[in-house]
Amino acid sequence: MSVDTATVAKIASLARIKVSDAEVAAMVPELNGILAWVEQLGEVDVTGVEPMTAVIPNQLRLRDDAVTDGGIRDAVLANAPAPEHGFFGVPKVIE
Amino acid sequence: MTESAYRIQGATGEWEVVIGLEVHAQVVSKSKLFSGAATAFGAEPNAQVSLVDAAMPGMLPVPNKECIRQAVRTGLAIDAQINKWSRFDRKNYFYADLPQGYQISQLYHPLVGEGHIDISLDDKNPDAEVKRIGIERIHVEQDAGKLMHDQHPTMSYVDLNRSGVALMEIVSRPDMRSPAEAGAYLRKLRAILRYVGSCDGNMEEGSMRADVNVSVRKPGAEFGTRTETKNVNSVRFVMQAIEHEASRQVDVLESGGKVVQETRLFDPDTGTTRSMRSKEDAHDYRYFPDPDLLPLELDDAFVEACRASLPELPDAKRKRYETALGLTPYVAGVLTAEVETARWFEALLAETATKQGKGEEAVAKQAANWLTSELFGALNRLGRSLEDSPVSPAQAAELLALVADGTISGTIAKQVFEKMLESGDGAAAIVERDGLKQESDTGAIEAVVAKVLADNADKVEQYKAGKEALFGFFVGQTMKAMQGKANPQVVNELLKKQLG
Amino acid sequence: MTDLTDLGIADIRNGVAAGTFTAVEVAEAFNAAVAAAQPALNAFIVTTPDAALDAARRVDAARAAGQALGKMAGVPIGMKDLFATKGVQTTAASKILAGFTPEYESTVSQNLWNAGAGMLGKLNLDQFAMGSSNETSAFGNVISPWRRPNDTAPLAPGGSSGGSSAAIAARLCPAATGTDTGGSIRQPAAFTGIAGIKPTYGRCSRWGVVAFASSLDQAGPMARSVQDCAIMLEAMAGFDPKDSTSLDLPVPEWEAGLNPSMAGKRVGIPREYRLDGMDPDVAKSWDDGIAWLKDAGAEIVEVSLPHTKYALPTYYIIAPAEASSNLARYDGVRYGLRDLPDGAGLQDMYAATRAAGFGPEVKRRIMIGTYVLSAGFYDAYYTQAQKVRALIARDFELAFQHCDVILAPTAPTAAFALGEKSDDPLAMYLNDVFSVPASLAGLPAMSVPAGLDRQGLPLGLQVIGQAFDEQGVLNAGLALEQRAGFTAKPAKWW
Repeated sequence: MSVDTATVAKIASLARIKVSDAEVAAMVPELNGILAWVEQLGEVDVTGVEPMTAVIPNQLRLRDDAVTDGGIRDAVLANAPAPEHGFFGVPKVIE
Repeated sequence: MTESAYRIQGATGEWEVVIGLEVHAQVVSKSKLFSGAATAFGAEPNAQVSLVDAAMPGMLPVPNKECIRQAVRTGLAIDAQINKWSRFDRKNYFYADLPQGYQISQLYHPLVGEGHIDISLDDKNPDAEVKRIGIERIHVEQDAGKLMHDQHPTMSYVDLNRSGVALMEIVSRPDMRSPAEAGAYLRKLRAILRYVGSCDGNMEEGSMRADVNVSVRKPGAEFGTRTETKNVNSVRFVMQAIEHEASRQVDVLESGGKVVQETRLFDPDTGTTRSMRSKEDAHDYRYFPDPDLLPLELDDAFVEACRASLPELPDAKRKRYETALGLTPYVAGVLTAEVETARWFEALLAETATKQGKGEEAVAKQAANWLTSELFGALNRLGRSLEDSPVSPAQAAELLALVADGTISGTIAKQVFEKMLESGDGAAAIVERDGLKQESDTGAIEAVVAKVLADNADKVEQYKAGKEALFGFFVGQTMKAMQGKANPQVVNELLKKQLG
Repeated sequence: MTDLTDLGIADIRNGVAAGTFTAVEVAEAFNAAVAAAQPALNAFIVTTPDAALDAARRVDAARAAGQALGKMAGVPIGMKDLFATKGVQTTAASKILAGFTPEYESTVSQNLWNAGAGMLGKLNLDQFAMGSSNETSAFGNVISPWRRPNDTAPLAPGGSSGGSSAAIAARLCPAATGTDTGGSIRQPAAFTGIAGIKPTYGRCSRWGVVAFASSLDQAGPMARSVQDCAIMLEAMAGFDPKDSTSLDLPVPEWEAGLNPSMAGKRVGIPREYRLDGMDPDVAKSWDDGIAWLKDAGAEIVEVSLPHTKYALPTYYIIAPAEASSNLARYDGVRYGLRDLPDGAGLQDMYAATRAAGFGPEVKRRIMIGTYVLSAGFYDAYYTQAQKVRALIARDFELAFQHCDVILAPTAPTAAFALGEKSDDPLAMYLNDVFSVPASLAGLPAMSVPAGLDRQGLPLGLQVIGQAFDEQGVLNAGLALEQRAGFTAKPAKWW
């Protein structure tokens, strides 16, 4: 599978990275090189093999239901580019 | 369900509507699904946000056991398969209410698999015309934050208090065929959630909302293309949205167009749906297992503890009321439709049985009838709900006991109940204070009966000549003379005796 | 008195405890070295001399008061700028986090401060830990203190923990934290003639560490000796309930358990690592390592890791996939850079912010990750990669039925010059060929200095152990270290 400029532009849009036409053009051969290389995985016989789910055997722990956090609005907003009256400000969204 | 099926009458003939619902139910828990921040409704903006909820760099999710437990209990309540091995996936998309840039959800291996809910459209007889609605799955996921658009001319404001609150997404099969069925399904689901205690079902506060999938087809044809109307937050709106969306689709199809698979928004002011512009671009959610979390593995003991903690559910309770308590299907249905009603009824039943020294089955009808007619009537008039009823089950039981032991008549009981509502006083005290005790003394009644018959000798003649309907007149006169306090049974007996 | 900056963790800890010198004297010496080298080496993104002094003063005061001292008392260290440090800028070497000052401290850094260590500064790295040469940092390249003889061409310190490796090799700090996703501790350690260990996945908490690829990221110590690595790993590791993948196991006393005897131990030599066209110096150092471990009493056995050749392609699907999602949070809404062009809507702001904030390698990996997870490709790429990953882990399991540890080179070559590979992503990726398999299997692995190649540049040897057996890895590392007798240090030119 290889990508063309339209696909690269679509991927960049999905990833929310603005790219110029020149950048897209440069990325096409680069990504195709990498994709062609990773596609050698297709030759591995994986019959009956389950995808790895946990690299080291371990149990998912569940925590008790208690309020132990929050109430730290200043800390949450401390690095915000546009804090507004206790909210995060973003350009107006039309739904 | 009868085949007097719901049909939309189009220019080209009849259309059938096909409905599936994805209900998002907020799990009752103190803290969020993956963080220790509080979930309470109505806090100051961003006051219930942890560094995890704000997706600060390096923050990690740790799942809340209670949320898992509640989802499993809900699954068991709809007879569903519990998947002891499930896992969390990331659903990737960018939006301002989604700090991580992904929602932690479950796509590939949901916690709860196939289940079902039985609905009935016939309130009079809930045992008849039962339709089974399939439930495909229940999975657990994070809620998003909230955007506010009306605070600033050029900005939207982001509040992350809801971000990370646990939701159950309950996905039905496309098994519903009318707005009424969808309404019945939602009400039944809501009742079950509230019985189980896994969701408070409060649609106004957004703890339960539905994504409504609607398509239309000619009866018996293949499924048509569906639209999804997002976040509809009341049973009535869901029904309206379906009606509007179905007829809109029929119009589109009959005018030669095609239904576009899209996300739509319901406008409660107009009762219509419209296309949602901001979510229009083709989504590719790139689901994959969340590498910050391990698979969720539950053991039998956990599931069994969940099962053991389940209360009696509405259908089972209704059946028991019918068989063990001898109530009619209709009354049993009314009493079990909401968990608060059943809870109130059972408290009343217990108190009544104790006060009267009888078994519950012996007093069930009296209690049920009083609750569904007298109490519901009063609450209706007062515009109050059962939770803030002015009388308690114990107070009501006291009133019923006075009727049962003949201290007051049913008629007087109505008066006493009114006085209870007004004053908050106990039934016995009111009866005592206002002298409402029923007269059962045969001698006293006999004298009044004799006087009534003597005063109405002409009517006695007519009665004896065969005009038996006059018996009611004599009863009425006797009761009137005794200000309604005479024991009606005694009055009847004595009248019959004296009229020979 | 010896130059304090030549001392390692154990010597400083012992010297401070014995009163040979004070913690403040040590901190001052390293602060001075850091300041002097910063213009030439650019190992730090920010320096925090006051933090180092404050920690030192607390240790000196605690000692004066007769209190018990921590495992790292009086030891100033460098902190890779991937660890969130409260009140100190944390950037992951990316413009997108420029100015970000966390309100929280990562579990690992907090553990180190609790053990008495102090912070000299935040170390430079490849942007979001994506790179093998430290050339992807938004804060400029780190220059290795090592040079080829009669050549001033700047060399790569390795990556992504290149600030860490350069600073330790240049005696700017006795030790530093690193993180290893596909070799980011081991490869830079090998390039700069120092030691470093990536423990078993889950030993060190990931809480507060800027995520690259969650299922692979693991923090570990970098220092100049195996003993120092053991000491520092003890301080860093430990169960953390805030990290769902953290191992709920006690932290072994690795330092006390150090034992260089390999008697009764079997060392596996993986056949598949012997690549065609292998650098002869690297091949020779591997042979040296085999001889040294034999000398230490080990039995050498050949083992097979048949899926080795698929490890890198597997890694370059899984790591970018996870990264593409982990890095979605850098959107200009809650922290970090925001680029809001005139009249831009929300989605435009995202795209502009991320275009301006991420460097080319980060973008490349996000693009690959987005593509391999996208509709229609998920199974062919991601699911297949996770299956192959399972096979790679199984290869190790089977190999460890025949041996206790595995010995291999750390990297295919010694350090290369800056710019030499930066135009060819694939060539750069191949640098991790020996380090990635252990990462995919979550196994503990360390690099120890083995000697110099014919250019006079350091080479590292890698020991890979079974899950949870850091002790076995450290012990084999110690046996190598004792026999390698590596004492070379870069001539000071900065």
